[in-house]
Amino acid sequence: MKVLVPVKRVVDYNVKVRVKSDQTGVDIANVKMSMNPFDEIAVEEATRLKEKGGATEVIAVSCGVAQCQETLRTAMAIGADRGILVQTDAELQPLAVAKLLKGLVEKEQPQLVILGKQAIDDDANQTGQMLAALLDWPQATFASKVEVAGDSVTVTREVDGGLETIKLSLPAIITTDLRLNEPRYVTLPNIMKAKKKQLDTVTPEDLGVDPAPRLKTLKVSEPPARKAGIKVPDVAALVDKLKNEAKVI
Amino acid sequence: MTTLVIAEHDNAQLKGATLNTIAAAAKLGGDVHVLVAGSNAKAVADEAAQAAGVTKVILADAPQLAEGLAENLAAQVLAVASNYSHILFPATASGKNVAPRVAAKLDVAQISDIIGVESADTFQRPIYAGNAIATVQSADAVKIITVRTTGFDAVAATGGSAAVETIEAVADSGKSSFVGREVAKSDRPELAGARVVVSGGRGLGSAENFKILDPLADKLGAALGASRAAVDAGYAPNDWQVGQTGKIVAPQLYVAIGISGAIQHLAGMKDSKVIVAVNKDPEAPIFGVADYGLVGDLFTVVPELTSAL
Repeated sequence: MKVLVPVKRVVDYNVKVRVKSDQTGVDIANVKMSMNPFDEIAVEEATRLKEKGGATEVIAVSCGVAQCQETLRTAMAIGADRGILVQTDAELQPLAVAKLLKGLVEKEQPQLVILGKQAIDDDANQTGQMLAALLDWPQATFASKVEVAGDSVTVTREVDGGLETIKLSLPAIITTDLRLNEPRYVTLPNIMKAKKKQLDTVTPEDLGVDPAPRLKTLKVSEPPARKAGIKVPDVAALVDKLKNEAKVI
Repeated sequence: MTTLVIAEHDNAQLKGATLNTIAAAAKLGGDVHVLVAGSNAKAVADEAAQAAGVTKVILADAPQLAEGLAENLAAQVLAVASNYSHILFPATASGKNVAPRVAAKLDVAQISDIIGVESADTFQRPIYAGNAIATVQSADAVKIITVRTTGFDAVAATGGSAAVETIEAVADSGKSSFVGREVAKSDRPELAGARVVVSGGRGLGSAENFKILDPLADKLGAALGASRAAVDAGYAPNDWQVGQTGKIVAPQLYVAIGISGAIQHLAGMKDSKVIVAVNKDPEAPIFGVADYGLVGDLFTVVPELTSAL
């Protein structure tokens, strides 16, 4: 069974982004870029499936600029066998990415696609579900446990109020939540090995997809700032403030 | 122009998030219909019919809709989608699960997690963990939207008198099935809609120590929350996580105990009306957003605060 794992190059989660003064977006020049953390969990899960014998090949794919090759190399250092970059400088929105991924799924015929539940830049939380819809495959989002058995997969999902378990027939789409696994530390020998793994590049045109954005961003602005509060010396002062100033208790 | 709101419910009761979503729909102008897709969910439809501003409730009632499976629920929405200019889901686990499926089938973009409506085609949504607010415009014929419930004040649960129309339920997709659910029973309010939230972080040190928050939450009638660090460490259940990728809350009072305040955590609570932080580190970033900060040992402060209330 082949497993496809899409990975996205995003601003590192430790970076606090700044809004550009002309309000056209956030300033990502010279900031550290990394693999989206949820995608790292997806690569780890696929790699573990392969190590347990459930998967035969793990293919990492990314859509975007040439530098996404670095993200794919990281995925291959974790354990993906090869990588495919759909290279484009166009702004990519989730629906376009889902269409590009559909094209790759039709070529590669995986039984499982594991994606991060959301990217930490646009916070959209859409691509996995959209891909499932375009392929007419079942989906299990926000996974905290995945068990493949025969032609089905049982997934425990993080939902409001607790956990839910569902069973899907394969092929299927899974999106990862934080507690699915803890990605391994990437070692130097594995980084070196990853450099030798196969990395193919295709274009949206090769896949017959028009990636033009559907949503127009009119402006990007700073959120309203919270005004600085005060430090109180002790519990009595805190209770007094909450009762008489904020009036919330 | 008519907007369809997808109801969040458990087949017995309408969830509060639906009322916030109806409020967002009301801002678009035009009629507001509510779709209740469930099993033995007539009571939910009747409840939705009373929500202020709702002009019609559509009920699809069948066993295959009982558990909110994405494949069936999306198909049910698609069955009526052609009647609407906007389809709004609450940005809950269920809404986030289903909405993109509907959007992709209609070949339209989805606008996630809106916090503001500027016009019928222009919306505000947070990006980068709420560190920036994007104003986006959609040219698609139908707008598929998830609504951040903290961005809109709930409409009144009563006062409306919409008619309930029953429609045929879609067939089961046969591709997914429900196995089970582990939902913790609690007398406390739901985290997402609570008036007061008491949250604990890594500073609590263990699951055992986390219980120190129980009496405080009891006194305040609060829901319990946690930082990602506390959840990852196993001090608190997964669904207590407040933050960018967990629950977004905006209570009247948010009490952060032993939470340092990573930007991902702040993204989930910084719209709270009043924020209190207790931390032994005077430099902790949480103090940057707290209205009232108390530097001290939480194991002394929390019991003291509990008895002072």
